[in-house]
Amino acid sequence: MIAPFGEAEVISSAFAPPDANMLLGADQLGRDMFSRIIYGARNTVGLALLATMLAFLMGALGGLLAATKGGWFDQFMGRLADVIMSVPSLIFALLMLSIFGTNLTVIVVVVAVIYSPRVFRLTRAVAGNVVVMDYIEAAKLRGEGTWYLIRKEILPNSTAPLIAEFGLEFCFVFLLIAGLSFLGLGIQPPTADWGSMVRENATLISFGEITPLIPAAAIALLTVAVNFVVDWMLFRSSGLKEV
Amino acid sequence: MGDILQLVLKRLGLGVITLLVVSILIFFAVELLPGDIAQAVLGQGATDETVAALRQKLGLDQPAILRYFQWLGGALTGDFGVSLVSGERVSAAITDRFVNTLFLASYAAVIAVPISIILGVIVALLRNTLFDRVANVATLTSISSPEFFLGYILILYFAVKTSYFPAIASLSADMTFGELLHRTFLPALTLVLVVTAHMMRMTRAAIINLLASPYIEMARLKGVPPWKIIVKHALPNAWAPIINVVALNLAYLITGVVLVEVVFVYPGIGQLLVDAVAKRDFPIVQACCLIFAATFILLNLAADVGAILTNPRLRHPK
Repeated sequence: MIAPFGEAEVISSAFAPPDANMLLGADQLGRDMFSRIIYGARNTVGLALLATMLAFLMGALGGLLAATKGGWFDQFMGRLADVIMSVPSLIFALLMLSIFGTNLTVIVVVVAVIYSPRVFRLTRAVAGNVVVMDYIEAAKLRGEGTWYLIRKEILPNSTAPLIAEFGLEFCFVFLLIAGLSFLGLGIQPPTADWGSMVRENATLISFGEITPLIPAAAIALLTVAVNFVVDWMLFRSSGLKEV
Repeated sequence: MGDILQLVLKRLGLGVITLLVVSILIFFAVELLPGDIAQAVLGQGATDETVAALRQKLGLDQPAILRYFQWLGGALTGDFGVSLVSGERVSAAITDRFVNTLFLASYAAVIAVPISIILGVIVALLRNTLFDRVANVATLTSISSPEFFLGYILILYFAVKTSYFPAIASLSADMTFGELLHRTFLPALTLVLVVTAHMMRMTRAAIINLLASPYIEMARLKGVPPWKIIVKHALPNAWAPIINVVALNLAYLITGVVLVEVVFVYPGIGQLLVDAVAKRDFPIVQACCLIFAATFILLNLAADVGAILTNPRLRHPK
């Protein structure tokens, strides 16, 4: 393991300053900040990845089916996406968490539901362009089923925009989960998590200490990095972005 | 003029329907609660009699549809029922805080809108220069950082280390307006940073898109001076996307305001909502969610109507 101490291990007095043993000092209970940042990376990033993948699974599946089936299913899914998108994401998450309580499964599912409409719309648009192609018509005439069409014909031809969207989506999901944790409604203590670490150590800021800024900076650094990679990918993949 | 009115009315009708569906969602989400509100409030140890008594007090013995219409009717007249925790009327708890939140959001908007449009146009004109690259990196960084990160940095440098501004935005009734602006400056600035970055990027994209169109090229080839191209040729067509950008970004403020209020302990409805969620005080949660959602839908509506009014092409759908 990289972390020198355990996740919830109390090793010194509260708010102890950094020394050779504890690179970033201790938090409000005397736990090593550095170790908790490392554990927090696993928890926060893992949870965000899980939620993003779930959102993609739901959104992409819905989008592909809507594009291939059309008709009332398409209409229904479209309106459903409209309704979910017409409530601000943080507000929607807070509403759901107040009802189902704050446990990890609820957070992952709620966040995935909130961000799946974006994926749905993109997939539907991209797949909609592919569906009208001649080779899809040919496959249909061969008598292939919907699943074959989705797996073998549509999906391979619409992966590029979806990959870029995955990066963006991950940033949104990550920021939302971090925001919820910061509000005390996300991942619950004593599990280390960057958002709640900011909250727990927030009082230190009034003494001019930067301790609460470290996990916040970690969040910012990760999302900024992912965003730059996505920006660069979009820039490379579309020649028409700049004139 | 008739067809514009018709289009706008159609869009308004759509907005009202969306709002109605969202209100149904907000109300019936609480019905999904395992058991019901009375059980959730009283907890495991409650006897059947106390649960039944509370159920009757809250009117839970009536069917859900009936209660929805009562709730909706109340909400339209500003009556959101009674808080489960304090027993206070929800409307009394919300009114002052809602005004505070509106004040903070408008304070941020008044600063952010002109700055970001001007900067966005400048950056679009100077595209692919060093200034543009720096602005791109700066705005992307600001967008990707969580609001509380920006907020705490501002507190650290402007409140703790230099004490130009107070770190906690406490309000009192007898403050002068100048004092009010001074106290709420840091939370407003945090919002400005986030929203300006979004708005600048979108304005830049809209203007660049516009400058690439053939008629601008034509004007340039004719030898029209650059400032005249911008003011006479580009700007009339740029209003539609700019209005759109502004309205959409004011909607971003809504999510931002919740986190910023918590960071600065600002007495607005964002903080009220977060407290109510933690305490599972459903009438307050429902009221706050409805207010936030309504504002969000309203701003999106404004964006669409603005676009219809300023862009004649949208009035004649192909």
